[in-house]
Amino acid sequence: MNKVFRNDALAKVTGIAKYTDDYTMPGMLHAAPVYPNCASARILKIDAADALALPGVVAVFTAGDIPGTIKLGQIIKDYPTLAHKTVRSTGDVLALVVAESRELALKAASLVRVELEMRPALLDPEEALQENAPLINPEHGSNICNIHHVRTGDIQKGEEHSDLILEETFTTGRIEHAYMEPEAALCHLRPDGVMEVIGSMQHPFSTRRFVASTLGVKLCEVEVKTVPMGGGFGGKDDTAALVCARAALCAWLLKRPVKLTYSREMSMRESYKRHPYKMQYRMGLKNSGKIEFVKVRMVADGGAYCSVTPWVTWRSTVQCCGSYRVPNVHCDVFGVYTNNPFSGAMRGFGSPQVNFAIEQLIEMAGEKLGIDEVAMRRINMLKQDDTTITGQKLDTHVVSLSQAMDTVLKEINYEKKRKLCSFGNPIAEEWYGIGFAISYRGMSLGAEGVDFNSAIINVQPDGSVLIETGVHENGQGSETAMILIASEHLGIPKELIRYRLPSTSNIPDGGTTVASRGTLLGGGAVVKAAELLRKIIAEALEVPEIKLENSQVLDASGKLLMSWEEAIRLCFSKQIYPYAFGVFQAPRVSWDEETGQGNAYFTWVYACQAVELKMNPKTKKVTLLNMVAAHDVGKAINPELVKGQFYGGMAMGAGYALFEDLPVENGLVRPTNLHTYKLARAVDLPEMTAILIEHPDKQTPSGAKGVGEPTNEIMAPAIANAIYHATGIRYKDQPLRIK
Amino acid sequence: MMQITVNDKIHEIPEELLEKSLVHWLREDLSLTGTKIGCDIGVCGTCTILMDMQAVRSCKLKLKDALGKKLITIEGMQSQDGKLHPIQQAFIDCGAIQCGFCTPGMVLSAYALLHKNLAPSREQIRKAINANLCRCTGYQQIIDAVEQAASVMRAEKQVSR
Repeated sequence: MNKVFRNDALAKVTGIAKYTDDYTMPGMLHAAPVYPNCASARILKIDAADALALPGVVAVFTAGDIPGTIKLGQIIKDYPTLAHKTVRSTGDVLALVVAESRELALKAASLVRVELEMRPALLDPEEALQENAPLINPEHGSNICNIHHVRTGDIQKGEEHSDLILEETFTTGRIEHAYMEPEAALCHLRPDGVMEVIGSMQHPFSTRRFVASTLGVKLCEVEVKTVPMGGGFGGKDDTAALVCARAALCAWLLKRPVKLTYSREMSMRESYKRHPYKMQYRMGLKNSGKIEFVKVRMVADGGAYCSVTPWVTWRSTVQCCGSYRVPNVHCDVFGVYTNNPFSGAMRGFGSPQVNFAIEQLIEMAGEKLGIDEVAMRRINMLKQDDTTITGQKLDTHVVSLSQAMDTVLKEINYEKKRKLCSFGNPIAEEWYGIGFAISYRGMSLGAEGVDFNSAIINVQPDGSVLIETGVHENGQGSETAMILIASEHLGIPKELIRYRLPSTSNIPDGGTTVASRGTLLGGGAVVKAAELLRKIIAEALEVPEIKLENSQVLDASGKLLMSWEEAIRLCFSKQIYPYAFGVFQAPRVSWDEETGQGNAYFTWVYACQAVELKMNPKTKKVTLLNMVAAHDVGKAINPELVKGQFYGGMAMGAGYALFEDLPVENGLVRPTNLHTYKLARAVDLPEMTAILIEHPDKQTPSGAKGVGEPTNEIMAPAIANAIYHATGIRYKDQPLRIK
Repeated sequence: MMQITVNDKIHEIPEELLEKSLVHWLREDLSLTGTKIGCDIGVCGTCTILMDMQAVRSCKLKLKDALGKKLITIEGMQSQDGKLHPIQQAFIDCGAIQCGFCTPGMVLSAYALLHKNLAPSREQIRKAINANLCRCTGYQQIIDAVEQAASVMRAEKQVSR
């Protein structure tokens, strides 16, 4: 029988776990946002008289009430917490209504009268790129939020040396994170003058920055505490921090606790989405199957605000050729402002789009050359000590791409089953298809930014331990992973260790818990802190070095010195406190923005996923039969939870291929709730198999790499490939609109 | 009779509350916040409770719909001595919990199934939890958990005979 450890499982399975909206405070007020009815306009007047006339309505606030900075952002500060003079998207918040009850606040919000001078909205990124297009954010000086390049080799030579040239355009749509818990925040001004914030957000520190900046106060005057969060998937970074900033603004101005809980409709209207991409590929190959060049232009619709568009599109740039060796590359990726809902971080972060294209393109090329899809990948895939398109030599870790592919193909019996594919056989009653895709992925932030994390190990006089890191529990089980790493490196049972209630006032900002970096960076910091703690204990014991195993302290030769408890008591009696602060700084990376060359990420992970499906030739209904994934995770700290990431990632990837789409009409997202935005339900999904590949990475103190995002970046192309094998038709637009 | 029983406790319902949303009453008036609100239109399943052992979406119901009924919320799943229900224990043991926001509703949908059928197939489990969305798990380990719980409950039933 399985026994999986999670420090929060008991609370979550009994209903004891309190999420933000479950909290209430004496004297608490409720806020509700007011939205515009168009995507582009000048704000003429906001008249709150009718709303304020309702008994129980306390206040209506607009941008003019913000004491600090109106515009916020992680990279470019272009997002107004409350819209100021201009409407740039239908998700802009014009005003906040505060009332004694949520029901009343919602009712009053509908009574706020807004006069707008409507302007034509720019909704097509290609139009926004035109020279004479009106500027969405005039301060930025261009509708191009950012451009990234790769220039490798000589594209002209690549063209000349190619026997086959393909040109294909792929598109992907706007995707909703659809975390089950919509955004919420509860803020109150403490007696010591500190604004205390709890909220459904995955980066407490950017939330603190946003709140402090909105209120015009110092960082030490804001404390953001963590409570259980109902899913994030990248979607509760800056967009959720803004919700907290709005609640804090109301609490600050009214000196009463204020809760702002979003309905699903508000969440879907306002929160950022996965970037829609248009990807125009030109690929040249030798008759042998070897890729000679890739020329690609990508346009990502960033929507009205920057958010992390420059970082998302950077990953697409670095990984624009998938996991293949390509000697000549010319890549331009544009992040573009439009009046659409803004785009930001979502699990995968610029790679699901690229993989959707490249993992089909490689098979399309193979078919033209008469080389099967497995051989095509073998010919071109990155192997040990190969050099990536940005000039990075893969010699610091095990390059397990072929291992991942072979493992999955064997598990699913690809070679045999591939022969059963229908290719749209007109006399078949049912079509069958099997497909797969492979990927590599740069770990953590890479050259996006400073990449470090810290951990505190605070041993109590009785030998029990409090730990804390700068990593946020998004639901993935990061606190549990940190406890397990501490347990291993301190040589004590996990039951002796508790994860301390995290707060921005306890530990330095370790960056946001995104980019599959939680276990990698936070776990690294725990290992570093454990190393320091061993030095502290050694000092108390007056020996040069100790080992910690089985609740015992050993000397360097392995001789028993004393028990863990005795050693800790000795530390306290000598006033040598067993308190360690460890920092893990990710190894250096490099990037040249002009040429797109550099060691983009300090380490990489490798993966393969495959799928079997059947289709009804008449209705074209797709039934998924089986999904298999193998991922190199470095080292699995909590294997069952790692597998949980595999399953969830494959499921989300299947939804990306088949169900999920968030069309926008006049800048307004058309699906308003989860009845019109289709997520994969239990009967839509097949049984899944998760295979862990472990090559502990020497560059990471715990050996672990990341798993959250890699699992969600290749099921969609695997399904597209399987559908091609079932129907004989290539679908190059996500979601696959099968006719 | 203007009463609703929640987790074995009888609540007298005043006239003016009859039109109130059941989920809001549970969360706000009874502080049973284990029942969640994810969509408020009855499609996500996070507000699932049991009404006379049927899984229902409490956001779609008003108090008047629950008069005279016996409700079970996630807070009512543990036995009096605090022991977890086998379904709860199986969710923990099988790694069926990630963010946990769907968990209460999932547990209750599973309970409604196992109340009727102690030996469901994986396909039957899928159908039973189909009204409950989960964005984290792909349902795989949730289905494992329901299977495991069924096996534990079957064994318990054998013993009690």
